Amino acid sequence: MPIRKVMKANEAAAWAAKLAKPKVIAAFPITPSTLVPEKISEFVADGELDAEFIKVESEHSAISACVGASAAGVRTFTATASQGLALMHEILFIAAGMRLPIVIAVGNRALSAPINIWNDWQDTISERDTGWLQFYAENNQEALDLILIAFKVAEDERVLLPAMVGFDAFILTHTVEPVEIPDQELVDEFLGEYVPKHAYLDPSKPITQGTLAFPAHYMEARYTVWEANEAAKKVIDEAFAEFEKRFGRRYQKIEEYKTDDAEIIFVTMGSLAGTVKEYVDMLREKGVKVGVAKLTVYRPFPTEEVRELAKKAKVLALLEKNVTFSVGGALFQDFSRALINEKEKPVIVDFILGLGGRDVTFKDLDEALGIAQKALAGEEFDEVNWIGLRKEIL
Amino acid sequence: MAVRKPPITTREYWAPGHAACAGCGCAAALRLATKAFSEAMEEKYGDPNAFAIAQATGCMEVVSAVFPYTAWKAPWVHVAFENAAAVASGVEAAWKKVGRKGKILAIGGDGGTADIGMQALSGMLERWHNVVYLMYDNEAYMNTGIQRSSSTPYGAWTTTSPPGKLSIGEDKPKKWVALIAAAHQIPYVATASVANPYDYIRKMKKAAKIDGPAFVQVQCTCVPGWRAPPEKSIEITRLAIETGVWPLFEIENGDFHNIKIQAPGGGAKVKREGGRVVAIEFKKPIEEYLKLQGRFKHLFKQPEAIDQLREQIKAMWKVLGVEVTLPKPEE
Ligand SMILES: Cc1ncc(C[n+]2csc(CCOP(=O)(O)OP(=O)(O)O)c2C)c(N)n1
Ligand code: SF4
Repeated sequence: MPIRKVMKANEAAAWAAKLAKPKVIAAFPITPSTLVPEKISEFVADGELDAEFIKVESEHSAISACVGASAAGVRTFTATASQGLALMHEILFIAAGMRLPIVIAVGNRALSAPINIWNDWQDTISERDTGWLQFYAENNQEALDLILIAFKVAEDERVLLPAMVGFDAFILTHTVEPVEIPDQELVDEFLGEYVPKHAYLDPSKPITQGTLAFPAHYMEARYTVWEANEAAKKVIDEAFAEFEKRFGRRYQKIEEYKTDDAEIIFVTMGSLAGTVKEYVDMLREKGVKVGVAKLTVYRPFPTEEVRELAKKAKVLALLEKNVTFSVGGALFQDFSRALINEKEKPVIVDFILGLGGRDVTFKDLDEALGIAQKALAGEEFDEVNWIGLRKEIL
Repeated sequence: MAVRKPPITTREYWAPGHAACAGCGCAAALRLATKAFSEAMEEKYGDPNAFAIAQATGCMEVVSAVFPYTAWKAPWVHVAFENAAAVASGVEAAWKKVGRKGKILAIGGDGGTADIGMQALSGMLERWHNVVYLMYDNEAYMNTGIQRSSSTPYGAWTTTSPPGKLSIGEDKPKKWVALIAAAHQIPYVATASVANPYDYIRKMKKAAKIDGPAFVQVQCTCVPGWRAPPEKSIEITRLAIETGVWPLFEIENGDFHNIKIQAPGGGAKVKREGGRVVAIEFKKPIEEYLKLQGRFKHLFKQPEAIDQLREQIKAMWKVLGVEVTLPKPEE
């Protein structure tokens, strides 16, 4: 029987790691995800998780050690956030290029400067071009479940890419919620043992990994990462379906809420989706036709699902906790690309909000809604809007 | 007829067909290292192949692993420039977990070890991973075209330490990474040279058989980097030993009071007290070493710079507990 425990997302991530039984974990502490390696080291210390825990001297070495372990053919896991993920940046490309299915739990946190430990998505968003799969959790249960799903997808032979699972700093990492911990046997059946065919360091069948490639081969190698990302789309759907069958919880790349007759659809990720769902409920009571779409999977980008979603609305209002300077948010680019050649398409309005842990209030959402309604009415509007700015301190 | 046993295994792990320059001392160093490793694994585990290699970006990496070819007949992984030690940590942890017997060899150049990889190296040593870290010291960043590293010797020309009106070339003394490694009090630290293969092989074997971390720093020539003729590679590195420029020593368990010094040869007079080397009177001046290499050519116009280098070498030997006399060339 699965047990229910009240826990923080950090603990849920550690539990997911425990259930996935990685053989090597290498991690370095950083707020807000410090509790993940702490909890894992407790599991290891108590003999509840039979793994090597490498207490590395930096995140750069954490991910490097994970690459080494994964290249030696074992399941590996780490956790980090913000500057820690940024310090891993160089090696993230290498992990994906070497097709190593490492999983990272990320407590989504803002990047310096100014130094800020609170939530936004800039850390993982900045790694969107590394080739890693990216999942975003709305709550602590999702943090646990998505890590298990991430292993499943990452290790699938059609994919073989590393994956990161983001959950919002403090809003989730440090907030307790009831979380169902699935049965170990069911997880074992769901994940199976990881037996690599392409990455192992076995003296009886030596292979060379991580070579240099001249222009004659480099593009093809990069293309295989592209192909694997494409292949991951189907594999993720399959993994979601299997997960639902075994554990009863349903996931979709884009989860829709009250979108069917919506004129304006808010699009967002992570825990903000919960806030916006509440907001939409409130507006619906007043007869405003709004809905929410939550991206659970950000990479590979769910282009098809976005196109389907776009057919339902006149305005897509993107709520983003990240910035791509001089452009808007990252989602704005992704959605624009997905829809640019569609015959009929909604208007897209981009909102940057909640950076560095700034609360996103209903008042902020009202501000966004006002601009989206202008767009709906065919009036002039700004494409990119910073919401909740304290203009008086600028 | 009696057949003599070869002095080292005929097994090859660093195979012919790599793209190193003719006369590359580092290529020789890697070949010997893997052979020594193999012998040690055979003696320790009964399996000569019981090792894997994690290597840093650098000249020896790019000449050995150009897709779709490889010069490696051992399991080998390259990840980046600064993280061979961290990657090796991960490989070792994985092997431990799956119960695979054997040892990991991490390989980095002086840049990947003394500079950018220093933190990962220190972490790996301090965490006591069962890894031998081999630093092949060609005394500059060769892969990017001969830039100075902190292991470049004083006075040497490199593309980022060019001699000029205001410069004698590299203006800082060489950083001795072996001594830094020894400060971690790991079981075994040694310096070696390709010009003394027996000593080098013995040390690599010893390092490979130890349970726990070991560090070996081997000096090896780079033909374009040292601006030296390829056929003189071994002669040059031998002169480094015989003139006192390159000390051969071993430090066990961080015991700086009992450093083992290997005889330098070249007519040097070694004075011992209670079995310990306390003084060495070198017979060959360091100029003999310097003059064979274009990278030091400009120093001969500034003899004070060579004297300065002599003082630095003396100071380094002093750290090893040895008073040395370094002669000047006869006028
Ligand atoms: C982070 C990073 N910075 C710089 C480089 C460029 N780079 C590659 S190898 C190298 C120098 C290698 O020098 P060393 O370790 O001494 O080895 P050698 O080339 O002499 O064999 C440099 C600077 C890199 N690959 N990665
Ligand atoms: S450039 Fe130097 S280190 Fe590189 S292969 Fe040639 S001789 Fe060896």
